[in-house]
Amino acid sequence: MRQVAFAAVLTLLASLRAAMGFEIEDDLRFGPPDATPLEILSTTDFVILEPVITAYLQQNPARSLRYVVASSQEVYRAIAEEHRAFDVVISSAMDLQMKLANDGLATPLPAEALRGLPAWARWRDLLVAVAQEPVVLILGKGALAAQETPPSTRRELLALLRDNADRFEGKIGSYDPAVSGAGYLFAAQDARLSDTFWRLAEVMGRMNARLYCCSSDMIDDLRTGTLLVGYNVLGSYAMAWAKDDFQVIELEDYTLTLLRTALIPKSANEAEGAADFIRFLLSDNGKALIARGAGLPAIEAAAFDRNTHLRPIRLDPGLLAALDRVTRQRFLEEWRAAMVQP
Amino acid sequence: MAVSLRRRLVWQLLALSAILSVALFVAVRIGAERASEVTMDAILGAAAQNMAEELRVSDGGVGIDVPSGTFSMLAAMGEERIFYRVDVGQLTVTGYEDLPLPEKVPTALVPVFYTVPFRDAEVRIAAVARSVRIEKTLRPALVLLGQTREGQRSIAAELANRAALLGMAVFLAAIPISLFVARGLIRPIDSLAEAVERRGPRDLRPVRHPAPTELLPLVTALNRFIGRLRGTLSQTETFIAEAAHHIRTPLAIMRNEAELALRQSESEAARDRLRRLIRGADDAARSAGQLLDHATVLYRAEQADLAKIDLAEMVRAVANRLHAAAEMKDIDLQITVEEPLPAEGDAVLIEAALRNIIDNAIKYSPSDTRVEISAHRIGKNGEILVMDRGRGIGAASPELLKRRFRRGENVADVAGSGLGLTIVAEAAEAMGGHFELFAREGGGTCAKLLLPLS
Repeated sequence: MRQVAFAAVLTLLASLRAAMGFEIEDDLRFGPPDATPLEILSTTDFVILEPVITAYLQQNPARSLRYVVASSQEVYRAIAEEHRAFDVVISSAMDLQMKLANDGLATPLPAEALRGLPAWARWRDLLVAVAQEPVVLILGKGALAAQETPPSTRRELLALLRDNADRFEGKIGSYDPAVSGAGYLFAAQDARLSDTFWRLAEVMGRMNARLYCCSSDMIDDLRTGTLLVGYNVLGSYAMAWAKDDFQVIELEDYTLTLLRTALIPKSANEAEGAADFIRFLLSDNGKALIARGAGLPAIEAAAFDRNTHLRPIRLDPGLLAALDRVTRQRFLEEWRAAMVQP
Repeated sequence: MAVSLRRRLVWQLLALSAILSVALFVAVRIGAERASEVTMDAILGAAAQNMAEELRVSDGGVGIDVPSGTFSMLAAMGEERIFYRVDVGQLTVTGYEDLPLPEKVPTALVPVFYTVPFRDAEVRIAAVARSVRIEKTLRPALVLLGQTREGQRSIAAELANRAALLGMAVFLAAIPISLFVARGLIRPIDSLAEAVERRGPRDLRPVRHPAPTELLPLVTALNRFIGRLRGTLSQTETFIAEAAHHIRTPLAIMRNEAELALRQSESEAARDRLRRLIRGADDAARSAGQLLDHATVLYRAEQADLAKIDLAEMVRAVANRLHAAAEMKDIDLQITVEEPLPAEGDAVLIEAALRNIIDNAIKYSPSDTRVEISAHRIGKNGEILVMDRGRGIGAASPELLKRRFRRGENVADVAGSGLGLTIVAEAAEAMGGHFELFAREGGGTCAKLLLPLS
């Protein structure tokens, strides 16, 4: 009975929101105003993709382009529920992108653009990674005493936190997986990859860790000194700041690597133009421009060969499990149990 | 016109290999698809059961851990899409609420498999039943786990295509192979035909050429036919010889009587008639003799009686025997034979040939001329030349004159059977020699008989 009521409320909520439409954070328009624009829906701030988009428009002066920024949930809703006619969808929420592709809402990408891409950087011919970024550990100034060396594994991080409980009390920050989709994805992947995650959750809980919705907020607090440790911070945000403010550490037991993925929805009006744009993104030039904008390495298999600790989050239907309502609920209950000690 | 055996064989082999390659394609396609479907069903079923085992009841209701590793693995082969649904009671707890339910409710142990179209794809679903106890009542639970099978299908299709390629290769290879086989099968027939073809026109011996078992009936039939033919032929020849012999005797009597009558007759008119009678009897006797000769040559050619002979001696003997006939016309027979010419041959045949050449020369020569006969060695052959100053061969081709009952156009006034040159040519051929007739320089005819020497 309770479940029925819950479902009804959800449905009501969903229909209310659908009526209002998905929430947009930014809406930019480029190129000649009279041309039909290529519509891009993205979770990524325009700044990061600016170099590549500018270059694309220079190369195609007749083309106009609309760049809409929304949160990953809203991006998913716009396509899956509202069937908005966007031509390209770029999102850092791998699980939601995977669900769009898995549920048959994406059309095949140009085959020649996918040629030569490593298997981990694409799923079928529907979903392709356009940028990769590591999920890193950040240590603010004063996190380490003079003689201490920065931790290189989660085990060492645990030891550092445990041994200096006073120093880190209330000064550890991480994603709130209950609020942030990315945070949940990272936590779920962490839990899959190692047992230390749960011990880390316990320690963080014991030290009254602060929970955040977004990487940028965490970084802001780290810069002001409110935080000393940021766990699971998106590399692109961390790199955007001067290295003087804090130390960025890729843990060597493993460092998750998030893939920003692109797809062409079935509802696209300009599938040809979208294919052309994706071809440009995946060209050597495009990859270099994305890398410059994000300050991150482009998609290249060699990066993983050189740095064996980098683990790309697997781009396959395994990600659907992370989206499962019941599974998520169970995971969050467990996580809360670990974080909140009696 | 009957179809060529070779072509029929090639077509049949080609058709067979085409059928085989199509069958290979179909068999591999069906086999691969079925085998992979069975395997993938087993994996899908196990995954669904595994997922169903994760169903747990907690204070908040029903919980389940959707296994991401299992999803990854299910999707890995051929990058398939994954769909799932968990129902408890009549309520969908999680997953795709619109994923179609199975028509048959699965039991707790055996998953039910079914294929449905879902979200623009064919989805293979394994359904597993469980029951969970919620608030002291047992509720049925259903776990559906589905995957697309595009990769599997494309792998099966690729396998089948490869098989088809292989079949095509077999088919292409079958073309030269079947040609080769056809040639091999036809070869004994060809060689048999060649052996029969190679025989001389008078060779009526049974065929002894080795032939495969399948051709033995044909060879036997052929031999039986040859036997009958030989029987008929020898009967005819015997008949001719008998007939000639029987005619010659009364002719001789008739001639003798006519000669006696000529001597006793006083009337010039009657004597004239008697002379014509005698000449007619002579011509008839000659023709009968030639018929006999011809029959002999035919018979002998078939069963030559080889012996050591001296061609030079034979030329001399035959010429001497015809001396009387030459003298009657005042023809000078000049014989030039310098050395012995030893040969291996049938004396009767060669004698018949020589007699007919020299006789011809005498017959067509006017009175008071000379017929030159010579025999000498040229390489491995003995060459016998008979040259006259007669009327020549006229416009007729020498080859034509050698045919049976053929006579030159310029000899209508001289009696003749047209068999003389035929006998010479046939005898020469039977002895492995050669006979030629050509115009002689300064008028007349030159007859050349070549016979191999030993």
